[in-house]
Amino acid sequence: MFGKLTIDALPFYSWVAMGGALVTVGGVLAVTFAVTWFGWWRYLWSEWLTSVDHKRIGVMYIVLALVMLLRGFVDAIMMRAQQAIALNSEGYLPPGHFDQIFSSHGTIMIFFMAMPFLTGLINIVVPQQIGARDVAFPFMNSVSLWLTAAGAALVMVSLVIGKFSTAGWSGYPPYSGVQYNPGVGVDYWLWALLISGIGTTLAGINFTVTIFKLRAPGMNLMRMPLFTWTALCSSILMTFAFPALTVVCALLWLDRTFGMHFFTNDSGGNMMNYANLFWIWGHPEVYILILPAFGIFSEVVATFSAKRLFGYTSLVYATASIAVLSFTVWLHHFFTMGASPNVNAFFGIATMIIAVPTGVKVFDWLLTMYRGRITFHPSMMWTLGFIVTFVIGGMTGVLLALPPVNYMVHNTTFLVAHFHNMLIPGALFGYFAGYMYWFPKAFGFTLDERWGARSFWCWLIGFYLAFMPLYILGLMGMPRRLEHYNVALWQPYLIVAALGALLILLGIVCQGVQLVVSIRQRQERLDLTGDPWNGRTLEWLTSSPPPPYNFALLPIVREIDAFEDMKKRGVAYQKPPRYHDIHIPRNTDTGVAVGAFAFLLGFAVVWQIWWLVIAAAVALWAVIIARSFEDDTEYRLPADEVQEIERQHRQAMAGALRRPDVDAPVPSNQPLPEGLA
Amino acid sequence: MSDSTTSPTTDNGHGLRSYLTGFKLALILTAIPFVLVATKDLTSLPASAILVVIAVAAVLQILVHLRYFLHLDLSATPRENMMALVFAAILIFIMVGGSFWIMFDLHRRMSI
Repeated sequence: MFGKLTIDALPFYSWVAMGGALVTVGGVLAVTFAVTWFGWWRYLWSEWLTSVDHKRIGVMYIVLALVMLLRGFVDAIMMRAQQAIALNSEGYLPPGHFDQIFSSHGTIMIFFMAMPFLTGLINIVVPQQIGARDVAFPFMNSVSLWLTAAGAALVMVSLVIGKFSTAGWSGYPPYSGVQYNPGVGVDYWLWALLISGIGTTLAGINFTVTIFKLRAPGMNLMRMPLFTWTALCSSILMTFAFPALTVVCALLWLDRTFGMHFFTNDSGGNMMNYANLFWIWGHPEVYILILPAFGIFSEVVATFSAKRLFGYTSLVYATASIAVLSFTVWLHHFFTMGASPNVNAFFGIATMIIAVPTGVKVFDWLLTMYRGRITFHPSMMWTLGFIVTFVIGGMTGVLLALPPVNYMVHNTTFLVAHFHNMLIPGALFGYFAGYMYWFPKAFGFTLDERWGARSFWCWLIGFYLAFMPLYILGLMGMPRRLEHYNVALWQPYLIVAALGALLILLGIVCQGVQLVVSIRQRQERLDLTGDPWNGRTLEWLTSSPPPPYNFALLPIVREIDAFEDMKKRGVAYQKPPRYHDIHIPRNTDTGVAVGAFAFLLGFAVVWQIWWLVIAAAVALWAVIIARSFEDDTEYRLPADEVQEIERQHRQAMAGALRRPDVDAPVPSNQPLPEGLA
Repeated sequence: MSDSTTSPTTDNGHGLRSYLTGFKLALILTAIPFVLVATKDLTSLPASAILVVIAVAAVLQILVHLRYFLHLDLSATPRENMMALVFAAILIFIMVGGSFWIMFDLHRRMSI
């Protein structure tokens, strides 16, 4: 009846695992109780969960990302604590549990923290940057969100029911095969990736079509803001790379469940083909994560230097060539497989070449700041921290691109330090910069800058403390993923790394405080103009938060920095002669249903409850078919209401106080005075 | 969301007939590999020949989907569709070709 699911699936095997389960269950219960207590269910359901508005979907993506960031970070600090004390002792985590933790840390940080974070930012910003009213497929957007959430929920459920994978975030067979790993852990991992991976593929298609088809009149490709460019390249990578992950996960699942032999040791299987297919997805994935962050840095650095971006064209070409080159380097993740020198040389050289366009970008950002009037907003501080730290990571990356060096340090903490050095400053700092930069756009009030700066310094110093020792340890030969060790020389470095993790914890606390403080002061922090930073791109033309239709009248673009150009010409806030009716997609609960049934399907497959698999699959199919028969998917917002919303925005803008530290635009129909531009 | 209405696909001459043609072709191209594998003891074809036929059927299947379900063809394709197809072809070449290169190279080194 319940497949492999028995009472033994509950985590009674260790107190720590038990604690994790209790925190998860307690958290869900607390949130449910709070929402019920305050009577928010109806509002939450009708305004948010069922929403197809790209801005709200974006916010929900980022909420998911921040929740999963906490979970992933708890994993990280548990590993650091274990390694700091586990010299010649067992520490406090049994090996099987430690293995689950490093597996879930990687899986969560890549798939359920970084991916939703960047998808959320793209969702909120890109349609506004290109002067569109929504994404191309608003309903599919909701489906993408809920598929991602379903995957995340599977990972969280594995804390309470059963165990998570112990095979690392990359799940290499034969260890992840059924012979060595007969439990449900790897299946949880596979189905979390399969379900959320399909969501990501759909999101990639959605953004690609949006950017190609829905740009405002006059915005040709070479006038797109750089964040839109990086989002476009990233979406194309998602569309082409994620199917490889879906295929490889499906094949491994067939191996495990139906005794097939794609990646087994015997019967003609080839486990190295798993590594090959996995990294065909895996390397583009690195650039899926990092390109949008590059776009954010480009926007932030131009805005807070009050200058046009230096070398726009070179940045676009660098982005595009990184996107293509990212498909030609995947073998560098498994040099030690033992390919012939020709193969290794090709992929080693391709890897070194990809550093060139990245270097171009660094120079472009530096030269944008050169002679700029720099405002040290927290977003700008994340950017500066990124540039310095990322260059260090880039150099160790070029080092790792040399096959002989790679053989020496593969599977050591040197590698761990390298990719954290790329992804924390490169991707996460970028998302934080974007979060603090676009927060007023999404919610209508700015975030506290002092707490933002504190959080930045904690993260930056914490990062160096946590990961520079790992470089040294790697060169000393310490393997990654060690549960305990007997080399006394390593321990001081591991203690420093644990202190770094504590400092990062402080940084996360500062971000929490920043959010609370800003929400409590929101009346003083209101952004009435919609343009708190004297922005240069079209998203700052709308009000904060924008109306459901973003733009009452689609803007006409004549320049690269379209909004800056409009402000200079004095046409940014021109009142249109008349407003039109606007068609807006209706909210729908189909997306939530798809996510819920996908979760059920995944859970049933993991525990091999076959009747539930069939039921969930049929239900999933039925809701999608039912949706396709629905014709009334849009409603009409009459011109009068549009006019009223716009009038209120204008009134608010006229009453806005100018902030002394920012050259805010003059909220009138007059052109900006020359001195302010 | 836009003011203009999208034209339904039936207006472009992609009627039920073309979908059914595509469906039939897709079914046939699916059946061929299954039949070959199911009857391989009777026909005693070499495994390599069956693999080649399966690969060819798979590629034809892709073309059928593009032609009959996605309505892409070489004559009336706008330039950007063409660019997308060429880009996809290059990426497929890199992925498939690269995989073959890597895996056959490994195979040679393993069998020595």
